[in-house]
Amino acid sequence: MENPENVIEVRNLEIDFHTYAGEVKAIRDVSFDLRKGETLAIVGESGSGKSVTTRSLMGLLAPNAEIKKGSIMFHGEDIIKKSEKDMQHIRGKDIAMIFQDPMTSLDPTMRIGMQIAEPLMKHKGLKKKEAIAQALEMLKLVGITNPEGRINDYPYQFSGGMRQRIVIAIALVCYPEVLIADEPTTALDVTIQAQILDLMKDLQNRIDTSIIFITHDLGVVAGMADRVAVMYAGKIVEYGTVDEIFFNPQHPYTWGLLNSMPTLDTEGGSLSAIPGTPPDLLDPPVGDAFAARSDYAMKIDTEKQPPFFKVSDTHYAATWLLHPDAPKVTPPAEIIRRQKKFAEMQRPEPPIKTATKE
Amino acid sequence: MRKYLLKRIFYLFLTLFIVATVTFFLMKLMPGTPLQNEAKLTASEKASILAQYGLDKPVWLQYFIYIGGIFKGSLGLSFQFSDQAVSYLIGSRMGPSMQLGGQALLVGVVLGIILGAIGAIRKDTWADRVATILSILGIAVPSFVLAILLQYYLGLKLGLFPVAGWSGFSYTILPTLALAASPLAETARFIRTDMVDVLSSDYIELAKAKGLSKFGIVYHHALRNSLIPMVTLIGPLAAALMTGSMVVENIFSVPGIGEQFVKSILVNDYPTIMGVTIFYSALLCLLLLLTDIIYGIIDPRIRLSGNGD
Amino acid sequence: MADNPENIEIKPGDFAPLDKQAGPDKEKIAAPSLTFGQDVWRRLKSNKTAFTSFIVLVLLFLMAFGGQALYHHDPNAQSPKYANLPPKIPGVNIHGLNGHINQSGKDVDAYAQAGASSKVHYVLGTDYLGRDLFARIMYGTRISLEIALIATLIDLTIGVGFGILSGWKGGRVDLFMQRIIEILSSVPSLVVMVLMATAFQKTGMASIIAALALINWTTMARLTRAQTLQLKNQDFILAARTLGESAPKIAWKHLLPNLSSVIIIQTMFTIPNAIFFEAFLSYIGIGISSPQASLGTLISDGQKNFQFLPYQMWYPAIVLIILMLAFNLLGDGMRDAFDPKSKR
Repeated sequence: MENPENVIEVRNLEIDFHTYAGEVKAIRDVSFDLRKGETLAIVGESGSGKSVTTRSLMGLLAPNAEIKKGSIMFHGEDIIKKSEKDMQHIRGKDIAMIFQDPMTSLDPTMRIGMQIAEPLMKHKGLKKKEAIAQALEMLKLVGITNPEGRINDYPYQFSGGMRQRIVIAIALVCYPEVLIADEPTTALDVTIQAQILDLMKDLQNRIDTSIIFITHDLGVVAGMADRVAVMYAGKIVEYGTVDEIFFNPQHPYTWGLLNSMPTLDTEGGSLSAIPGTPPDLLDPPVGDAFAARSDYAMKIDTEKQPPFFKVSDTHYAATWLLHPDAPKVTPPAEIIRRQKKFAEMQRPEPPIKTATKE
Repeated sequence: MRKYLLKRIFYLFLTLFIVATVTFFLMKLMPGTPLQNEAKLTASEKASILAQYGLDKPVWLQYFIYIGGIFKGSLGLSFQFSDQAVSYLIGSRMGPSMQLGGQALLVGVVLGIILGAIGAIRKDTWADRVATILSILGIAVPSFVLAILLQYYLGLKLGLFPVAGWSGFSYTILPTLALAASPLAETARFIRTDMVDVLSSDYIELAKAKGLSKFGIVYHHALRNSLIPMVTLIGPLAAALMTGSMVVENIFSVPGIGEQFVKSILVNDYPTIMGVTIFYSALLCLLLLLTDIIYGIIDPRIRLSGNGD
Repeated sequence: MADNPENIEIKPGDFAPLDKQAGPDKEKIAAPSLTFGQDVWRRLKSNKTAFTSFIVLVLLFLMAFGGQALYHHDPNAQSPKYANLPPKIPGVNIHGLNGHINQSGKDVDAYAQAGASSKVHYVLGTDYLGRDLFARIMYGTRISLEIALIATLIDLTIGVGFGILSGWKGGRVDLFMQRIIEILSSVPSLVVMVLMATAFQKTGMASIIAALALINWTTMARLTRAQTLQLKNQDFILAARTLGESAPKIAWKHLLPNLSSVIIIQTMFTIPNAIFFEAFLSYIGIGISSPQASLGTLISDGQKNFQFLPYQMWYPAIVLIILMLAFNLLGDGMRDAFDPKSKR
């Protein structure tokens, strides 16, 4: 591990999918760290590769996927090199996962108590009785009312929000070091969303776990994450603390994302969408993949891939606009407004506590 | 649930009533009486035989007598064996047919599940291909061909099992195998298709994320979810067994209902044909009803929801 | 973790704003676009088993319907002198195909025994009446296929019509029609067929076709109905309705094309089913009667001599099995090909 603070270090990951049309380059040179106890949000539209990245952490890639390059270090060992048997000991115990749709992610024919107890029996070698007893504790922890009466119920007897609580209970029952949450609130009602997010934050503090939070919804990220990585077309284009990404974004794609997000103080009430569609990863474009949709594209964007330019110690962005020779451009009005706010936040008084934990 | 069941039972009787009616009139259309093989009888003897079968009465009266008889458990007298009631004939031949059917169902379903599960778990590998070919062969090779081949090669040539007859367990082995092929194939195909679906579902993904082994996933999650819809196969499998039993029992000289049915068809024994028809239909209707009830009981997704529709 | 942005070579003009017109296309889609039909065909072709089955079926059809043009032997011509001769292919000297048989342990030239001249040869031997087995198998395959195809066509018409009507009308009509199907399908199909075949015994082919058609359409009707119910409320159908198109026109122009995959797949399973039941009925003696022949009657005839002349049953049985296999495998392949879920 390069940094003892890191739980997971992903370096230069490249993943291809073999399809009838050819090789889809789903992940193109992705690197990131996950620190102890933090929540890292990976943001991007569907198809940007955020789910594929996290599945590779679990060793749960589809059979037609191939890891071309890179390493995923966990406890000083490369997960990619591990056998399926070894991965089974990591999955559910050290790294757990929550899925998008709680309506379909529980086995409809198994009592929920048993479903929560299963990882305990597998990883901790508990007898069924003890495991069920711990499952009951977990049910209480995730806020199921009357857990004693409901532990023997089947999934269909629960609402969507309740089911997602059960899925969370399953994921956390072994107190994993890393929790991967793949759009855990997308399929839920807005009011329920907030409850689930609160629950996750609360549990994170209690059992001291690091969370990788995948979402396409920046609104969810603001309240949840410590750091944010923005993905586009199989690459990370910008990463930084949540404040840096929200208030001092540098990449035109991040601008576009923030610009299309409604906020309370949006003036004029007009939201702008990002024009066009993401590039086809069968044949990824040369240079900056976002160039085709960017209003700020320059000639070099179609020729050379931009490297990461340092904005601050924690903030990097891969865009040629940050090159010292590049012309100064005026970001969209909404971004300027945000950057002003960021400048205010940087002033020593009044001290605003950022979400970054040390 | 109760209302639904009552409705189903009503339809069961309606179905059987229609079957009995249609069968009755179809048979009346046909030439042939119990006298056809006995040309030398005198007029009065003929009349008395006709009277014994009630064939001297007008057709509509015969119909009501027949339908009325069914409610009393009577299916008329056989033409072929003039002193035997059809219901007795069926009853006396039920044992071998049920034993054979039961054994074939057990063998077919168990092997079918194993074959289907292997196919699904090892999808697109050689194991899947072998399992698929075996199950398709079970559908493609008609039971009568398989029965003849088994009888000749395993029975006659290798002398492993008795060739024909019905006096002990060893006599049931070849007919059971011949009969089991079709349910085996149906089950294997069903389980494979269903399990491929189940294995790609989100809850299997979650089970993988829990760190369960491949075996644990299949045994605890996939198999259970695939077996539940298999209940709906009860009807088709029973029908396939009825079809198969007609020829298999004949080839192996098993004194069962199927063998009797074919004999009756060949000698135009209409009362027996009608009786067996109604018996088979009643059996299938009952099994279909049972399917619905079992499905309601074992599937937690539809349990308590009140309607099995 | 970050690249080092220091040593990058920048050429003049690199930072010039990009001309949007000349630049890369925002909406470019790189994957080759395929129509539904092309996509199905591509996937069917890539499924080797299904494609082989398709070729095998084409060959069998050619043999059954065109074989007689090349092989001039009357399938019904009896020559008792040459009864039960084994296969003999001129120039081939493999036991089983050279006209020799094992008689009580000795290898005997059956053709010489029957006093046949050296010019006489039967490719697949003869049956107990001295009829050319190869000609009879071609003929029997044709009859079997004809029966199965006509019965399937009737099934298709009744089933699809019934299904569309039931699904489209909905309400009471649907309820009533569903009851009919429910009642029909709770009678074992075999029993219905036996009844029909017995009741109209002497009519031969027609009675079998009627018996097959009466039973098999219910599955087709059920599938079409379910699909129609789904399609009925989709936007393109609603649009057609609001534009005032007549119901039959909607059914023909919009429903049928969208039902086609379901119908084609189900047909691929109805045909072998019909072939099986025809063989079954003929085998137990209430189907095709001589001098007509079908695969079922040929197997039944061959069975009588199976102990001594196994080829008499093996050959028709093999043709029947290959037919059933090919149709089922092709059906499986089609189902995969039509199902976008299985796309890879």
